[in-house]
Amino acid sequence: MHTALLLEMITDALDDRPAAGHRDDAITYRDLLAMARGGGAWIGRRPGDVVAYIGLNSPDMPVAVFASAMAGRAFAPLNYRLPDADLRRILARTAPSVAVVDDDMLPRVEGVEGVAAVARSVFAAACRDPAGPAASPPEVDPDIAVLLFTSGTTGEPKAAILRHHHLTSYVLSTVEFMSADESEAALISVPPYHIAGVSAVLTNVYAGRRMVHLPAFTPEAWVEAAAGEGITHAMVVPTMLDRILDILEARKEALPALRALSYGGGRMPPAVIARALRQLPNVDFVNAYGLTETSSTIAVLGPEDHHAARDGTDPKARRRLASVGRPLPGLEVEIRDGEGRVVPMGASGEVCVRGDQISGEYVGRRLIGDDGWFHTRDSGYLDEDGYLFLEGRMDDVIVRGGENISPGEIEDVLRAHPCVADVAVLGAPCDRWGERVVAVVAPRGEADAEALKSWVRARLRSTKAPEEIRFQSELPYNETGKLLRRVLKAQFVQAPQGSVKLTAAG
Amino acid sequence: MDLKPGSRWKSAVCTSEAVVVRPPKAPVGLECGGRPMLTLAEDRLEGLAPAAEHASGSLIGKRYFDEESGIEVLCSKAGAGSFSVDARPLRVKEAKKLPSSD
Repeated sequence: MHTALLLEMITDALDDRPAAGHRDDAITYRDLLAMARGGGAWIGRRPGDVVAYIGLNSPDMPVAVFASAMAGRAFAPLNYRLPDADLRRILARTAPSVAVVDDDMLPRVEGVEGVAAVARSVFAAACRDPAGPAASPPEVDPDIAVLLFTSGTTGEPKAAILRHHHLTSYVLSTVEFMSADESEAALISVPPYHIAGVSAVLTNVYAGRRMVHLPAFTPEAWVEAAAGEGITHAMVVPTMLDRILDILEARKEALPALRALSYGGGRMPPAVIARALRQLPNVDFVNAYGLTETSSTIAVLGPEDHHAARDGTDPKARRRLASVGRPLPGLEVEIRDGEGRVVPMGASGEVCVRGDQISGEYVGRRLIGDDGWFHTRDSGYLDEDGYLFLEGRMDDVIVRGGENISPGEIEDVLRAHPCVADVAVLGAPCDRWGERVVAVVAPRGEADAEALKSWVRARLRSTKAPEEIRFQSELPYNETGKLLRRVLKAQFVQAPQGSVKLTAAG
Repeated sequence: MDLKPGSRWKSAVCTSEAVVVRPPKAPVGLECGGRPMLTLAEDRLEGLAPAAEHASGSLIGKRYFDEESGIEVLCSKAGAGSFSVDARPLRVKEAKKLPSSD
């Protein structure tokens, strides 16, 4: 099924409903469909297979998503925060393409071969031209809906392929058509090039909910938009939530309209979600776990689970707050060992998933098996009721003397110490053990390395206590809240002594 | 009738339209209002109404399925006729309520 049909259906049912923009001047679903058709026809007159999108969030973003779909082109939102050289290199990979670019960013990307770059204002005017022709989506849809470049924290970004049937399958299995009432509004603050930014457009449209796009995230702007726009639904990444709570506290803002707040895209520190539950007692919290390659969410920890944990008396419910909940209906999740065998309940292994929304495909490379199983490279386990607990990326697991140690568990223990504001636990190369456990701590006030080591030793096996702790004022994150472990790890890698020749040869 | 996933069909006798979400395991005929459904390019039949036993209507956004053949369709436009395969009425698939996650 084609993504454009989602918009056609909701417009058929609710044509006057506000679709995107501010409370006072939002475009309706009828407007959004007309603009997508106009934009689709405009794109269709230009060469290429891809529509690259480089810019901040705005109501033009959903227009561009659906205009690309109408034209049968892949929508490829790019990370405008990349340095110019990286941005241009990735843009060149979309050729032949049309690029819709924020007016002030246009000079950064001009002259890339095979890319027709146009200002967003020009594209928006073409979409709004009532005299222009209108496109309608192709009837059969083997084509690619979205190309998303991974953040490339471990190398050259890969272009993940999401086809129309992956995305519509995700929407149909998670959203009830027209389930939003007229008063609902969703605040979208993840950038356009994040999978959650794309899926938010599709799911909110199918629900019939007004979308409010925050041009770029700051906690102040988020709180002001949430209060001023009567926001009822929002999704944030963990690093945003703590900063939002600071502003809410300082301004004594209660956000009475807010009903549902979902979070995902990275590990949520237990202290932050505990604080959120206390500070926003009437909000339904949802923890969503998913990857770009899985068309967004594959498991959710729902409001009931959060409410059960909120009153604090049920230890099981409190423990489950650290889980990502249960897989979506219709998806299969298995935990497998290094040989591909399913492990017993409660044992750790690689999270594998199968279902209609799973793509697992990149340009030039398929990572999904013929049997449909996709290996997420996330490590985790399932408990007796099917709740999924994540332990980090497989690549981040520390192997110390043959023992697999998950950084997440140690980080949680350290984060519970009053002198620790933020922490990352890593494996550093070590001649004796292969890897040794080290930690980088952003301290709160005066922190003492020896005291922190004993703190861990008192709570976990001694092999899990960091052998070395370094302090720095802040840990490095990318703008969507992913910890840049590679950057931290690099400072623990010393040049091998007396092996200059070997290094040169290898 | 090639009921491929994503293929779209319209009723011959009412305003209903459907898109195939899950294909049938073996060939079947998809009908609405008791008449075979048409491709979007074909013209509706003039002056016909849904047959009485297939006139309970279709609702936009609802998914309909047939256990025997495994076919599942999404109603993309509402109408007076109801869906069937080989004269077996399709049943409404009750959606599981999930919290909004994005």
